[in-house]
Amino acid sequence: MRKCYFDHVATNPLHPDVLEAMMPYFKEEFGNPLSVYEYGMNAKKAIEGAREKVAGLVNAKPAEIIFTSSGAEANNFALRGIALARQNEGRHVLVSRMEHHSILNSARFLEKSGFAVTYLPVDKKGFVDPDTVKKAITKETVLISVIHASSEVGTIEPIKEIVKVAKENNILVHTDAVATTGNIPVDVRDLGVDLLSMAAHQFYGPKGAGALFVKQGTRIVPLIYGGIQETGRRAGTENVPAIAGMGKAAELAQKELQARMDYLRPLRDRVIDTMANVKNVVLTGDRENRLPGHASFCVEYIEGEAMLLLLAAKGIFSASGSACSSKALKASPVLLSMGVPAGLAQGSIVFSLGRGNTPEDVDYLLGEFPAVIKRLRDISPFSEGWGDKEEGGECTVKK
Amino acid sequence: MKFVENVKPDVTTDIVYMMCPMHLLKLEEQMKELEQGQILEIMTDYDGALEDIPAWCDKTGNEFLGMEDSGDFFKFYIKKLTR
Repeated sequence: MRKCYFDHVATNPLHPDVLEAMMPYFKEEFGNPLSVYEYGMNAKKAIEGAREKVAGLVNAKPAEIIFTSSGAEANNFALRGIALARQNEGRHVLVSRMEHHSILNSARFLEKSGFAVTYLPVDKKGFVDPDTVKKAITKETVLISVIHASSEVGTIEPIKEIVKVAKENNILVHTDAVATTGNIPVDVRDLGVDLLSMAAHQFYGPKGAGALFVKQGTRIVPLIYGGIQETGRRAGTENVPAIAGMGKAAELAQKELQARMDYLRPLRDRVIDTMANVKNVVLTGDRENRLPGHASFCVEYIEGEAMLLLLAAKGIFSASGSACSSKALKASPVLLSMGVPAGLAQGSIVFSLGRGNTPEDVDYLLGEFPAVIKRLRDISPFSEGWGDKEEGGECTVKK
Repeated sequence: MKFVENVKPDVTTDIVYMMCPMHLLKLEEQMKELEQGQILEIMTDYDGALEDIPAWCDKTGNEFLGMEDSGDFFKFYIKKLTR
């Protein structure tokens, strides 16, 4: 059976060149980067080389990159580290409702620790309005965190405009760029952000390596205490193979970025354009301003999980909402925050394409998916509402 | 402890919230960059530096000018005497 992996926002397969770059650090180059002899120096060299490449990918200085174990750690570090470092200046933080759980749960931790948190609403396409940010700012606000692009609906947020508002008020800005780094151009100087999170496995690097960009001169309280790794800001003996792999993945992403985007966009557009013509299927997120390989939909009267299972039986691997929402069988908080009705949000499905997908994979998907919808529709107790979609219009749920 | 005010440093290093022993590593690193007679200011929140920085100056033959306590963190001033 054909196998088509359309879940690149969950994780990416490792690039073969990345695996090759990692191998020596699993074997003969096993040293601790803090050791002063040859083994240690070689490991240290690998880390510093990777730091330069990751910095290069996002146009940062190498000293501004702190390696972490994941994007989630980078997000926790940013939110908690900055809030604590700046608490004497104010105790208010703004985060959007589109954020990943690593931001939302960190925000909840801050609330329990006595900080005030404002959760910024989004519009029906998933955009955070800079004017809304402006209105939510108080004299106490010290940090704004808005995701660069949601992996669930693919919408790319207007970070530059949000930064502009923040800078007028001397507020730091963090963006979770886990879904975007290595997939679209990410330039910390152009965006103007003070902090930016990334994860290697989202651009064909390994799991277990992430990084936080911290603009030079920004104070941040560590999340993990211990030794002097990462200039005393993130302790723990480094995951040298994973960091070396992240460096190689960053180098490849920088080199191939345009080609990867040019390859994925037409494939994505074909999925979107074809599915838009299927009755009762609604595109979620913005049509234009979205991740290059990202096509997400809600299908009326059908549960996302059911679609996932039937598609998986056909060798098509996709996702329904965020991984944790999917596991808990809850309607996605991201979709609910966009005003998608709870019933419709249950029918969420996300196809995220990557460099390994071929046009034939997309043909296969577009052949099988409508059939899966039809099969589920035929057994759906709600199918009487089916077929009410207006020609060329957006689908709405009957009240 | 010797307290000073209004010292004009030639170079400032901010290592607030960076973990021990970064105060000694950065001190050593920065002092190498300085010319003889120049003054280094180190900003840190680490209270172990109260003991370590004057001791490092004694050991290396550099002059510990004193410190300032801003409330949230300390500022240490060191004059380079050695070549």
